Amino acid sequence: MMTLTLGHYLTLGAILFALAVVGIFLNRKNLIVLLMAIELMLLAVNMNFVAFSHYLGDMHGQVFVFFILTVAAAESAIGLAILVLLFRNKNSIDVQDLNTLKG
Amino acid sequence: MDVKTGFFYLFSVVLLLSAFRVVTARNPVHAVLFLMLAFSQASGIWLLLNAEFLAIALVLVYLGAVMVLFLFVVMMLDINVDSMRQGFWKHFPLAAVLGGVVAVEMGAVLLHGFGQTEAIEGAAQAAGVPNSKALGILLYTEYLVPIQVAAAILLVAMVAAIALTLRKRKDSKFVSPSEQVRVRAADRLQVVKVATTQPAPAIQEAAQEAQS
Repeated sequence: MMTLTLGHYLTLGAILFALAVVGIFLNRKNLIVLLMAIELMLLAVNMNFVAFSHYLGDMHGQVFVFFILTVAAAESAIGLAILVLLFRNKNSIDVQDLNTLKG
Repeated sequence: MDVKTGFFYLFSVVLLLSAFRVVTARNPVHAVLFLMLAFSQASGIWLLLNAEFLAIALVLVYLGAVMVLFLFVVMMLDINVDSMRQGFWKHFPLAAVLGGVVAVEMGAVLLHGFGQTEAIEGAAQAAGVPNSKALGILLYTEYLVPIQVAAAILLVAMVAAIALTLRKRKDSKFVSPSEQVRVRAADRLQVVKVATTQPAPAIQEAAQEAQS
């Protein structure tokens, strides 16, 4: 228990992911906190990649983390732009208000 | 318990506590600030895993750019917190049970299955190549095309974000670039033919009349 193993890092990633899932459950109205929970999930995934990369001695995992960071930055930029647009049109970021496509 | 293990537990505890506060904070600004704390702790953990370049990139890109963007947007929007919090604790028991099950099961399996203590020395680390250099070699040789695609994705994301939020104001004065390019010299400047020298007949005739 005292020496660090690969399992410790993977467990940390799993707990972080579970916390993000709880966050999505709790904040199902607040769109901006949902985006933050997605960021936490991506962080947990990246943590697993880096841990495996270190313990298996393979640099390709870290390259993959690099690309995940790129795509996550692009995703949050576009997500926040859509959020601003949504707030401008509906004056609210409540997920419950997004029902215009329901018919 | 050596220093590395102590740091691991310190970073992990702060990371998990701040992640919990991210999803439960009442004020979205506090949530963003706790998210920044969580990312900084994750960066510390990556440093323990000898991934120096990614740790610094996480601080620069996430704490420096993405989180500031989040902070801007949160402060720009006027969020009604009270209506957002309705039904917040109603879902808590279900969410807590689900999250607890996920965490406990995965923790049990992972701690049992991946008890590998010693990191395998990779070729890059054994040769004494630092982490950033090894990553750079890999990025600029084997992953040359994917990194160009990633750059294109970032460019497209930037253009899309600007195009989405761009708003045309009715009262703003602007020059249409296409009309500006298509303009010809004749539209702006009119050349009028004027004789270079003009005789002054009226004055000569008047002088002759005065002499005679």
